[in-house]
Amino acid sequence: MAENKLENDYIIDLKNISKSFGDTIILDKINMYIRRNEFLTLLGPSGCGKTTLLRIIGGFEEASNGKVLFEGENIGKLPPYKRKINTVFQKYALFPHMTVGENIAFGLNIKKLDKKIIKEKVQEMLELVGLKGFENRKIDSLSGGQQQRIAIARALVNEPEVLLLDEPLGALDLKLRKGMQTELKRIQQKVGITFIYVTHDQEEALTMSDTIAIMNAGKVQQIGTPVDIYNEPKNAFVADFIGESNILHGTMIDDYRVNFHSTEFKCVDAGFGTNVPIDVVVRPEDIRIIEAEKGMIKGVVESVTFKGVHYEMVVTTDEYKWLVHSTVMSPVGETVGMVITPEDIHIMRRR
Amino acid sequence: MNKKSLAYPYVIWAGIFIIVPLLLIVYFSFFVDGQFTFQNYTKFMEDYYIKAMGKSISLAFISTTICLLLAYPLAMVLNGKDISNRGVILLLIILPMWMNSLLRTYAWANLLENNGVINNVLAALNLPTVKFLYGDGGVIFGMVYNFFPFMVLPIYNALAKIDKGLIEAAYDLGANDITTFRKVILPLSMPGVVTGIIMVFMPALTTFLITRLLGGGKVMLIGNIIEEQFTRTGDLGFGSAVSMILMIIVLITLAFMSRKGTLDEEGGLF
Repeated sequence: MAENKLENDYIIDLKNISKSFGDTIILDKINMYIRRNEFLTLLGPSGCGKTTLLRIIGGFEEASNGKVLFEGENIGKLPPYKRKINTVFQKYALFPHMTVGENIAFGLNIKKLDKKIIKEKVQEMLELVGLKGFENRKIDSLSGGQQQRIAIARALVNEPEVLLLDEPLGALDLKLRKGMQTELKRIQQKVGITFIYVTHDQEEALTMSDTIAIMNAGKVQQIGTPVDIYNEPKNAFVADFIGESNILHGTMIDDYRVNFHSTEFKCVDAGFGTNVPIDVVVRPEDIRIIEAEKGMIKGVVESVTFKGVHYEMVVTTDEYKWLVHSTVMSPVGETVGMVITPEDIHIMRRR
Repeated sequence: MNKKSLAYPYVIWAGIFIIVPLLLIVYFSFFVDGQFTFQNYTKFMEDYYIKAMGKSISLAFISTTICLLLAYPLAMVLNGKDISNRGVILLLIILPMWMNSLLRTYAWANLLENNGVINNVLAALNLPTVKFLYGDGGVIFGMVYNFFPFMVLPIYNALAKIDKGLIEAAYDLGANDITTFRKVILPLSMPGVVTGIIMVFMPALTTFLITRLLGGGKVMLIGNIIEEQFTRTGDLGFGSAVSMILMIIVLITLAFMSRKGTLDEEGGLF
């Protein structure tokens, strides 16, 4: 499906969406489009407005301002049951008075489909989510992970154009969550529909998404592929939110020359102008520890934590506490040198 | 300390004041002058008593139905999100329960009787007076008035406990308002409805007070017949037998209702 993705095939186009409750602004002029068959994640800390945005797309809230275009048509005022969109709710919201099969068949029964076809489709869905033979089970006899799968099956059986998922893995334990991440991605690729996924878990977002939209304080901070967002964060918030980072103030002296930590570094960025104040992001894993005298920056190891694959060290200098990930351990109290290569220095315009 | 022992005071209380009297009723109903007999039960088969029982059941049924039809929409409104004075309305529903029902029923009798307050006002305004009481209508009115809160509160509680996410899920899956009500809200509120029906039907079936005060002695229900045996005719054996029959009917109704829905925590009164 990825090969024939059309560049301008937007299934949903959000135009200037704003939402406020009383004086509180939840969403502030969101402009965003979502391509057909894309796995888009709305990522941000709690209270950033991501769930509200999802609910506006689903029809559970109405935007105070702006348009929700679905295949070019404004659906902003349509009730949820008139939208070709289905939702997987955070707490699953399975109907407790119905069996698994009845839950999945709910949407199809409303459409008054033939009983035989409904039965077939329910079977198909149970197979897709790996719960064959569960149709007569009671909802409360299922585990959290199973309920999650049924919630997905119940939404997907209606063959929506877009599936909204509101932190669907939030209630599961870590191991189950990892399994479901792969599972969700597999299902999305198999059915080939657009997924809009809300989470505050950056790792989840990086693992599953084609595109990530990072939100904070009611605004979209950056939209891009996981790799782009990780490697080229647009601002300090994104850099800090996606992975751990060293973020320092600095000055862009000229193209390819940057000054931070009272030191001049070579970098690969150009076009910022001369002597412009900027922020610099250096990922902890991009810092190499060497002998003190040979380093670009010298510092003292303040703490070391073993993290399995690597050691997490804090190296203190006169100006900054550096977070460093290294497979080689330097003992606490030792003076070490640090090397950062030009490709690993990420420059961001300061706001 | 064993927590079970905390229940002992009630167990003793129940033993003395519930179990023993119940056994006495069973005894009185089967024994006349120390002789075992079914005569008290065969006496009940007379037309007069069967008719009274039939009337009791039908009036209780009618007033329960009226309560349900009035209470469900009210409970829905109270659960709506755009209601600002929910607390006031709930208080107004609960408030009468804090007053003695005998007093309240007397008050209605005073207001509604042929020579009562309302008819006096009507007469003073040269309007025709209305015969409110001394018929089935007055009794049904009294039942609905007295037992209405017991219908509203369980339904309100059952509705309040429905996860709003389920209603959103129904909309999401293509159900409009009517379908959502029929397939999600109504079935999930059934425990409250069942509790409400039981809480209204039972006292309505057994009341003698409302019949006496608002029925003016013209309407004889089963409760009045039992009362008569104990207070006037002094036929304890027959009174006990009628009580037993009534209890069995109540038990059958309970069993039937609790199979339809459950009397568990979901439909509790509060």
